[in-house]
Amino acid sequence: MARYETVIGLEFHAELKTKSKLFCPCPTEFGGEPNTHVCPVCLGLPGVLPVLNKHAVELAVKAGLALNCDIQRVSKFDRKNYFYPDLPKAYQVTQFALPICRDGYVNISGKQIRINRIHLEEDAGKLIHSGESILDSGFSMPDYNRAAVPLIEIVTEPDIRSAQEARELAERLKSLLEYAGVSDVRMEQGSLRCDVNISLRPEGQTEFGIRAEIKNLNSFRAIERAIEYEEKRQAAILDEGGRVIQETRTWDDGKGITLSMRSKENAHDYRYFPEPDLVPTVIDDIWMNEIRQSLPEMPEARKHRLMTECGLSEYDTNRIVETPMLAFFFDEVIEAGADAKLTANWILGDISRLLTGNEDKLPIKASDLAVLIEQVKSGAINHSSGKLVLEEMFMHGGCPLEIIKTRGFAQISDASALQEAVLKVVEANPEPVADYKAGKKKAMGFLLGQIMKATGGQANPQMVREMLEKALDA
Amino acid sequence: MAISEKDIAYIAELSELELTSEEAVQYAGSLNSIIDYMAQLQELDTSGVEPTTHVLQLQNVFREDVVKPGLSREEALRNAPNRTKTSFKVPKIL
Ligand SMILES: [Zn+2]
Repeated sequence: MARYETVIGLEFHAELKTKSKLFCPCPTEFGGEPNTHVCPVCLGLPGVLPVLNKHAVELAVKAGLALNCDIQRVSKFDRKNYFYPDLPKAYQVTQFALPICRDGYVNISGKQIRINRIHLEEDAGKLIHSGESILDSGFSMPDYNRAAVPLIEIVTEPDIRSAQEARELAERLKSLLEYAGVSDVRMEQGSLRCDVNISLRPEGQTEFGIRAEIKNLNSFRAIERAIEYEEKRQAAILDEGGRVIQETRTWDDGKGITLSMRSKENAHDYRYFPEPDLVPTVIDDIWMNEIRQSLPEMPEARKHRLMTECGLSEYDTNRIVETPMLAFFFDEVIEAGADAKLTANWILGDISRLLTGNEDKLPIKASDLAVLIEQVKSGAINHSSGKLVLEEMFMHGGCPLEIIKTRGFAQISDASALQEAVLKVVEANPEPVADYKAGKKKAMGFLLGQIMKATGGQANPQMVREMLEKALDA
Repeated sequence: MAISEKDIAYIAELSELELTSEEAVQYAGSLNSIIDYMAQLQELDTSGVEPTTHVLQLQNVFREDVVKPGLSREEALRNAPNRTKTSFKVPKIL
């Protein structure tokens, strides 16, 4: 059986974080009632003129800088023509001939993936179908709230060779766009979308095989699984001496398979031509520098700061910077006055654990975590109570001081109260005491446990240990 | 480059237009005369001339990223030939 090499190129669409649409002042806000964020421009009514959103241009340039692209001095828009009811004008305004960014790259482990281009374009509307699925519906109801929301399309070169590399690139790209502050990059909400172009070729062959394009990938896991499935599907065809059909396929996440989307033969002849209603965008050095300076701290600079200024280990730094949400949160917590190393420990330990399965949103406030860290550090509560307070904050919200008070977590550091508890336990457990005195030091642990139990876990463990040692050695 | 009736049929299909064969002949003729006319430009030496991106000598016409209310849904749907309470209504397309 022939061995094949997989060749993959990815295309990403990211919604830009603007308040208004690309060519009109309608809101981009998610989740309005159908057809309530529309105007004559984004509905494509006759006689209207689009005007380009300046902020969208700046965000596209920032994305280009984050992905090491050459920002183009002159870019312009073209019309991409096709008939589909999610497109009210019957064309999409995009950048075909002169995209805003070219020739970038993204580093993944041990490898550089080249970025061919980034261009600005408008999103399409959404088709709601009257039946259960598109197959049994009698008609469709377009909702144009998303129509003309600004997007960037990022196109990689076919430099990717495995499902794992594709996933790593997608994760890296999401993180870079998030750090650059250009997009919300939520795959499940559709603000970051990924299409995969994949072909196989016999190992050692230089020319590319025939590729299939896979759409509808809503998670990193789906990207990985769809590629693994396509590798097997295409290999089986080639093994039998068959030919892969060049086509668009859709990923069915439930069934774990890709399916052919029957499309018209001519669907890819878009007859691009220059958009006469929009003039070219020219980015001079002054504007370029302004945008460059407004780019937020990117991962490499952030790593450097966390290691040199905050004194974190390289391992902890990498784990924090890997997830922008955690990195931003880390900054907020130390800004609220918490110790950097303790903050890193809490974030990478209990907080990461509590976030498992719900990695998109932190339900606690940075200032509250800073207070909790201080409470544990000062000894007002012990570490295990601290963990319980954090869990409570995650589940029900609330301020840590309030939780400590209502749950009675405050640590007992009152010497006379502790002394009493220690003596009671020593009296009640003559055998372990005798064992300890006979040299069985393990008995100490049992006695400590009894004291913690008697005080509801609130005794200051340091003080108890000292008192117990004194009592036993007496 | 002459435009054939076959090209016209293809363009018509992409544009969702139905043409009779007489119309196809007629459009092939008119499109060819336009192309012949434009072909005169090919005789000029344009090396060293920057490609035109727009016929107006304008660049960087922008709006600020500010939200303004658009149409109410009733207004938006008013001229639709077919609608539901909340949406336009179109034949389903696979
Ligand atoms: Zn609008």
